Amino acid sequence: MKKGLLVLLALLVLIPALTFAGGDKEAEAAGDDEFKVAFVYLSLPGDLGWTYEHEAGRQMIEAELGDKVSTTYIENVPEGPDAARIIRQYAQQGYDMIFATSFGYMDPMVEIAAEFPDVYFEHCSGYKMSENMATYFGRMYQARYLSGLVAGNATKTNTIGYVAAFPIPEVLRGINAFTIGVKKVNPEAIVKVVWTNTWYDPVKEREAAVALLDSGVDIIAQHQDTTEPQKAAEERGLLSIGYDSDMGSFVGDSILVSPVWQWGNYYIETVKAAMNGTWSSHSYWGGLKEGVVKLSDFSPLVSEDVKDLVAAEEKKIVEGTWDVFWGEVKDQDGNIVVAAGDKMDDGTMLGMGFLVEGVIGKAGN
Amino acid sequence: MRIIFEKRNTISKKAILLVPVFSFIVSLFLIGILLLIFKTNPFLTYASMYVGAFGTWMNFTETLVKAIPLMLTGIGVGLAFRLRFWNIGAEGQLVFGGVIATWVALFWSPFIPAWMVLPLAIIAGMIAGALWAGIPAVLKVSLNVDETLVSLMLNYVAIMIAQGLYYGPWRDPDGFGFPGTKLFPQIAWLPRFSGRAHYGLLFAVLIALIMWVILNRTKWGFELKMIGRNPRAASVMGVRIGSNIIIALLVSGAISGMAGVFEVTAISHRLQQGLSMGYGYTAIIVAWMAQLNPIASLFVAILMAGLLVGGDQVQMMMGLPAAMGLVLQGMILFPMLAGSLFTDFKLKVISNKEEAGV
Repeated sequence: MKKGLLVLLALLVLIPALTFAGGDKEAEAAGDDEFKVAFVYLSLPGDLGWTYEHEAGRQMIEAELGDKVSTTYIENVPEGPDAARIIRQYAQQGYDMIFATSFGYMDPMVEIAAEFPDVYFEHCSGYKMSENMATYFGRMYQARYLSGLVAGNATKTNTIGYVAAFPIPEVLRGINAFTIGVKKVNPEAIVKVVWTNTWYDPVKEREAAVALLDSGVDIIAQHQDTTEPQKAAEERGLLSIGYDSDMGSFVGDSILVSPVWQWGNYYIETVKAAMNGTWSSHSYWGGLKEGVVKLSDFSPLVSEDVKDLVAAEEKKIVEGTWDVFWGEVKDQDGNIVVAAGDKMDDGTMLGMGFLVEGVIGKAGN
Repeated sequence: MRIIFEKRNTISKKAILLVPVFSFIVSLFLIGILLLIFKTNPFLTYASMYVGAFGTWMNFTETLVKAIPLMLTGIGVGLAFRLRFWNIGAEGQLVFGGVIATWVALFWSPFIPAWMVLPLAIIAGMIAGALWAGIPAVLKVSLNVDETLVSLMLNYVAIMIAQGLYYGPWRDPDGFGFPGTKLFPQIAWLPRFSGRAHYGLLFAVLIALIMWVILNRTKWGFELKMIGRNPRAASVMGVRIGSNIIIALLVSGAISGMAGVFEVTAISHRLQQGLSMGYGYTAIIVAWMAQLNPIASLFVAILMAGLLVGGDQVQMMMGLPAAMGLVLQGMILFPMLAGSLFTDFKLKVISNKEEAGV
């Protein structure tokens, strides 16, 4: 047998095992006054979408708080149990505050938060909280509704495609809000959904968009991390609605408008609160009013009439006189989910499991 | 003059020890050049990778967490490879094992005694993995269908079944509609001995020992060896090839299925996204690097896991992009795998004169 190799392998493994016989020396790295903040990213800041906007928020913390903080990030961390290792290492290395910016980091973060009661944990888009773990998210559905008004006006074939990641409440809420916007200005129109089962996969995102374009849609909307669906539409000379960031500035005027995230202000506030000792666990869900979500600048292809309509609808939402999921809302089968005059509460919105009338696609597997 | 590879008649003991060491030094040297281009200190990078994977007990337990499924799947595919049966379906066997263990943990546990839940989950998961590996084996033996394709495709089937379940009928009713099953009851949690490192390690070591004994000390092991080396000769000697392939693959799948059981019962405590982390594919590298030896697979799995865990440090400590971690992993593995050529072959320089003379 190949004993030599075996011995070598055994040594490579056993030598390290002996080196920590002296006991653990955790890199607590005490002594610096900087408040250390770490971000865990699902994809790359260069995705020009979801992670790009979180990275922009991180840079705003640095710009605002200067040498009082030091921030870092790790990219390409898969969702699921692996993330626990990454989050724990940051906590061990003496980071004071850790932001995890994808839904699938929720359970690992809950686990690590219980182990490190002195570290502040912030999780984006989930629902589990604890003493030292807060959640934060934005009412993206409000901005999506506004983008639906633009799309509903622009479609000629009355079919709009929607490339969507996972059938979870956040995404369903976005599709529904968008569709409600589309149908408000164009009751004939339908929205076709294709699921990719991934947040970040440029190839799959593009393929899904191409499949939709082949089926006759003339506008592509999306809930993904990159600009690929938009590029696919532009290459066919067709239009699209962006997401995450102002994708029009990266791809071109074929992107009529993008609902975008604006994390900076929230990040600065919550980091400051932690530094001052006024931080307490919370579940933040800001909307158009708080500015955590907004609509990007319009493409020159959008008419003044449409812009005026969007501005009027935005005003209603910001002032609180109307919101997207106020009755009457019907599901795909025509059942009334919210009766006329009723409002859907936040709990129901956060657990949304249905698709509204006008969506072609299934709300699950 | 030309240079040729000549097969070694006897595999030299020296080569077996020196080639991996030399390959490793070549890797470090090549990576060093790359790191210098990125203006990063190579020695600090290596040190941080090493510390990240093995430097503290806590970090080592995290390396073990990744090593345990690699050990099991590595032993599993290694067994199939001995028969020259290219089972690249360990990922699917792992996932399907996890799915069936979830079924036991969630739906049987109220009806059976507490002590029985875990053993039953393990057995059910192993049967599931065996079934998943049995399909390509039976198709190969009875219809001569190419096993590579079938076992690979079954990976996607298993992953889709798992998704269908945790997005559909098994979705946690209290989970706000998010994908993933309910948390398992505590009686279905495989205990952890330190950090997240769990007693699946004992099973992996035990199975490695049992497999080693079977392969080297039993008649069946000898038959498998014969089939792998020369199936025609084996069949002339009266070894039943078809049934042996099927039995070996059932065992191979069962071991990989067990890895899936541990992932859900010891690590995530539920079925959710992230069960398929690619262990079943990395297992192929583990099996080859271990020369299909089950005991060597244990150590190779720890090394591979260390490489995966240490790769994080390249980002966290050195501030290099994520892709760099993958590049380093590839650059460490490549010379090692390429180097194995030199244990079986030697370079021979043939001068023109010699050639003319022969």
